[in-house]
Amino acid sequence: MRRLLVGLAFALTPLTGMTAGGPAVELESANIDLTDHASIQRGAKYVVNYCMGCHSTQYVRYKQMTKVGLTEDEIEDNMMFADGKKVGDLMTIAMPEEDSAKWFGAAPPDLTLTARIKPGGADWIYTYMKGFYTDPSRPLGVNNTVFANVGMPHVLWDLQGIQDPVYRFEVSEDGHTVEAFDTEAEAAAFIDQQGNPDYKMERVVDRLELVQPGSLTAAEYDQVARDIATYLTYLSEPVKVERQRIGVWVMLFLVVFTVLAYLMKKEWWKDVH
Amino acid sequence: MSLMTWIDDRFPATKVWNEHLAQYYAPKNMNFWYFFGSLAMLVLVNQIVTGVWLAMLYKPSATEAFASVEYIMRDVDYGWLLRYLHSTGASAFFVVVYLHMFRGLIYGSYRKPRELLWIIGVLIYVAMMATAFFGYLLPWGQMSYWGAQVIVNLFAAFPFGIGEPLSIWIRGDYVISDATLNRFFALHFLLPFVLAALVFVHIVALHKVGSNNPDGIEIKKVKDENGIPKDGIPFHPYYTVKDTVGLGVFLIFFLGIVFFAPDFGGLFLEPPNFEPANPLKTPEHIAPVWYFTPFYAMLRAVPPIAGSAFPGVLVMFGAIVVLFFVPWLDRSPVKSIRYKSGIFKAAIAIFAVTFVVLAWLGLQPSTPLYTLMAQVFTGLYFAFFLLMPIYSKLGSTKPVPERVTA
Repeated sequence: MRRLLVGLAFALTPLTGMTAGGPAVELESANIDLTDHASIQRGAKYVVNYCMGCHSTQYVRYKQMTKVGLTEDEIEDNMMFADGKKVGDLMTIAMPEEDSAKWFGAAPPDLTLTARIKPGGADWIYTYMKGFYTDPSRPLGVNNTVFANVGMPHVLWDLQGIQDPVYRFEVSEDGHTVEAFDTEAEAAAFIDQQGNPDYKMERVVDRLELVQPGSLTAAEYDQVARDIATYLTYLSEPVKVERQRIGVWVMLFLVVFTVLAYLMKKEWWKDVH
Repeated sequence: MSLMTWIDDRFPATKVWNEHLAQYYAPKNMNFWYFFGSLAMLVLVNQIVTGVWLAMLYKPSATEAFASVEYIMRDVDYGWLLRYLHSTGASAFFVVVYLHMFRGLIYGSYRKPRELLWIIGVLIYVAMMATAFFGYLLPWGQMSYWGAQVIVNLFAAFPFGIGEPLSIWIRGDYVISDATLNRFFALHFLLPFVLAALVFVHIVALHKVGSNNPDGIEIKKVKDENGIPKDGIPFHPYYTVKDTVGLGVFLIFFLGIVFFAPDFGGLFLEPPNFEPANPLKTPEHIAPVWYFTPFYAMLRAVPPIAGSAFPGVLVMFGAIVVLFFVPWLDRSPVKSIRYKSGIFKAAIAIFAVTFVVLAWLGLQPSTPLYTLMAQVFTGLYFAFFLLMPIYSKLGSTKPVPERVTA
């Protein structure tokens, strides 16, 4: 049974992709600040407008945004587009999961906890939002550096523009890179020349090049990606800043408590020899 | 007639207070290793109190469980605190109990006349593991689901055709499902009370034989004219006030994690468990929570024999069962590590390293190297216990003093 399970786990690995193990790609630092309410608000705007056609954030209520400086009226006017919803409602979407699973192959995941699921959290989201590139071999024409064979289009392409990949060709043996080349021909020649049958060639995205600019500059788009990362990190645990603030007082109390307890113990134990 | 007399005539309140606290004489040389017993009791109380409150807000249903945990985290006032106290408490419980057990090992607290005390302790440990296992399914995340799947499937490895029916009986279904979640919730609620009862029995047994101490000598052997051990001091106030200091230090660590790192780098709350359970999507790498990983590593270390994973299961359960026999495996003439032979000291040091390495290996994906390491360390784990009757008699021990040392 165990063998069966392990076998099953291996068989399903290509399907599950990069969820748990994490990508080999280095993540860029998002450098987010959860006390920056303006950034959280901007992130909310982008997520509501660009993501929530397909992705829900169904464990959060709209009202949560009153904690980061929006009024209930502002929330109703700017974040709630479906009829009949109240600010106290959960941020669900209208698209049924059965349908989206049929249309996209898999239902677009809920985004509430993405920052706690993905290795690297905010950095993963930031790098992901910047990591879309053209790949004609994919059904939607795009791929992603941190999420191989991603199933969604680059919804922010009009802001960022279109990026083409610049590949490098790596020759490896048993998973260890031996040499890297700029062109496939060079790598193939190297393998021929070395004559090692264990050498394998792999195409790797070296960097991305902006081939068609979007409506934003690169720096402006970085800020958009950062705002989205900030907002989704906030959603994943809205109480985080408050938790740490309370924690400081708890620690201060405990230090005083422990010092007093120690002095009391010393006093009581004076006569024990 | 005072109120206390009125009560004492009907219930032995003063008698119990005196026998178990004010006139319970504990050795005066108990060191920091002796904090972990009272701390374990504190963590048990924390688990029961926070657990009851969480149960008021949680929904044990496959469709609602995950969302109800997020509801507790977001919509319930200080629900996040209850949840983090409970999730961190689970890990803290195992930390203090492992240290408590290790204290028993190094000072020979399982030796005559404390064999039953040790056995009751091992029963507590088994009940804790069962409780933790049932509880880990409740958040209904990916690791909850697949972890439970792997563990319940262990029972399916039992031979003679009882494996499959046994695992179905445990799950109440052919797969982990709503039926499983409901019964695991019921058992997770019940077991802490069994645990509390066992703790009570553990303390009754302790107070019958008296506490051991770092010198491993019986303080009851040297008494003064009033029949009070010369090296004993009343538990209250001496150890209540000392344990209060230990409590303060423990809470700095415990609440430090609760408030500043409740995930504890993915060890206490695993990232894949923030994804709802999905029976159609097996996680790339299924690892149990850290406190089970030494046993998980031993399970994986044993290759299937004739297509059956049962030998691995036997080894894993054997690793726990062997603990019951420790009182009779140790044949050293002395109890405490302070006076034991160098060979015994080395064995305990190797065992401590072995346990930590196995815990680490249980968190890693299997590779040929790691499997080999797991096999070596599984061998060392069992060698520590099974060879104890031999090596505990070897080497020269130091003379044990009459009275406790400072």
